[in-house]
Amino acid sequence: MSMLHIEDLHVSYGAINAIKGISFDVDEGEIIALIGANGAGKTTVLHTITGLVPPKSGSIVFNGTDLTKTPAHKIVSMGMAHVPEGRRIFQQLSVYENLMLGAFTRKDKAEIQESVENVFKRFPRLKERRNQIAGTLSGGEQQMLAMGRALMSHPSIILMDEPSMGLSPLYVSEIFDIIRSVNESGTTVLLVEQNAKKALSIANRAYVLETGNIVLSGDAKELMNNDSVKKAYLGE
Amino acid sequence: MSFIQYLVSGLSLGAIYALIALGYTMVYGIAKMLNFAHGDIIMVGGFTAFTAISSAWCPVWLSVIISIVVCTVLGVVIEKIAYKPLRNAPPLAVLITAIGVSYFLQNAALLIFGSDSKNFPSVVKNAPPFMLVYENSGVKFFTSPVDTADKLLLTISMETFVSIVVSLVIMAALTFFINKTKAGKAMLAVSEDKGAAQLMGINVNATISLTFAIGSSLAAVAGVLMCSSYPLLNPYTGSMPGIKAFVAAVFGGIGSIPGAMIGGILLGVIEQISKAYISSQLSDAIVFMVLIIVLIFKPTGILGKKINEKV
Ligand SMILES: Nc1ncnc2c1ncn2[C@@H]1O[C@H](COP(=O)(O)OP(=O)(O)O)[C@@H](O)[C@H]1O
Ligand SMILES: [Mg+2]
Repeated sequence: MSMLHIEDLHVSYGAINAIKGISFDVDEGEIIALIGANGAGKTTVLHTITGLVPPKSGSIVFNGTDLTKTPAHKIVSMGMAHVPEGRRIFQQLSVYENLMLGAFTRKDKAEIQESVENVFKRFPRLKERRNQIAGTLSGGEQQMLAMGRALMSHPSIILMDEPSMGLSPLYVSEIFDIIRSVNESGTTVLLVEQNAKKALSIANRAYVLETGNIVLSGDAKELMNNDSVKKAYLGE
Repeated sequence: MSFIQYLVSGLSLGAIYALIALGYTMVYGIAKMLNFAHGDIIMVGGFTAFTAISSAWCPVWLSVIISIVVCTVLGVVIEKIAYKPLRNAPPLAVLITAIGVSYFLQNAALLIFGSDSKNFPSVVKNAPPFMLVYENSGVKFFTSPVDTADKLLLTISMETFVSIVVSLVIMAALTFFINKTKAGKAMLAVSEDKGAAQLMGINVNATISLTFAIGSSLAAVAGVLMCSSYPLLNPYTGSMPGIKAFVAAVFGGIGSIPGAMIGGILLGVIEQISKAYISSQLSDAIVFMVLIIVLIFKPTGILGKKINEKV
């Protein structure tokens, strides 16, 4: 059985139907890419999974639990972390305080310290800036902090919403390398991206979202060679 | 009376404003609403303590605790019943509801206690004032009246002393709580971004309740301290201090906790000094004038946070 199973999910904002009955699966260990144009509904899907937006109907089953019946603040301790669109780090707090909030639901102090060390090993720049106020970090550093903060909950799956948005090409490559290495260390990844080329290059499988519907899905390498994907998303 | 004397009485009044302003600013920070019923919690705190002290069996310290408990529960209940259902409503609807709650509390008090002012018994009734007296050998300290009126530097009543000390201790404790405990960090996180806070596993509803609980318990303490120094208690006792504390919160930068402390204390000092040296009728006008001047030069208040630009 898959780790995360989404079945016939509908989401609306008032009269606007943003998600119109989508189903998909994420298996343990995979990197799944969810690609699509601006406004396709990618962020809505992630927000609905982690409970920030209620679904109209459908089910979201994570390791056997229906998340649509779980309050948002209970989801992270089930092993699901979410790096939201626009990073949404706590700007007024220090880098270290942001990381500790990532471990909010964990109790064991020694294990939390170990996670901090691991995050600092992965992101040496955060270590140098551990006492800096997060709002004063550069965009790329803020993205690293958002990822580090998510890793602090020691998740089994991590949802990432456009981690490359607004970053310089150098940072984009670095962020994608990190996503790959997070996955190699055993964390499943559900990656939402407009940068379809980069996303498909590291994903195992991918789903293409168009105005609230999944219009294509399959092996990431095959999708990269799909003519309509090439035309619509890869600019070829 | 000396300048220092006015300064001390201003500090004492300002410390009480600061306690009230903290409730305004914390609730604003976290629920993004102006809780105009906050001032009336002071009045409820005053009446609760008054009722308890008036019953022969209840010692003063217990009366104060009862007052704190009643206000804390009241604050949480008001949030649950009146404000929580409006969490996603337009700000104007929430504001009108808060004004409605304010009238409700005043009218409930009117019904129960009548409109006559009660004479609130000071919680430090029999404690003597402190006196600082200047003599040849230097400054001396007395706790009983002395006959050296020409050399008297300063008299500090026990009410003034307790107001300052209690408020400072509470502010220090609150600062520690907010910045050093997990629940305090959760409050900061919720006030900045509710959605992101939920992703961290923070229970937003519980955090908002906690904020109302803390704000209302501070209002109860402020009510008891204020009624001890200014003993007339009636159903409208809370409204003017409530408005002044709101001004203090804006003055310091609404949403900022140290801002509310500084704003409250400054407001009390400005009020007492202008009462003493300019005009007791105009003191409130002067307070508001200072606020307007500060806001012209610094629209976010003294310690107001800038909106962070995204990089
Ligand atoms: N809070 C909201 N209220 C109303 N409509 C929204 C809201 N958030 C998103 N939408 C609409 O839902 C659709 C999907 O948006 P979103 O999930 O943000 O897309 P994407 O992340 O793919 O760019 C868009 O049409 C958008 O305008
Ligand atoms: Mg989006």
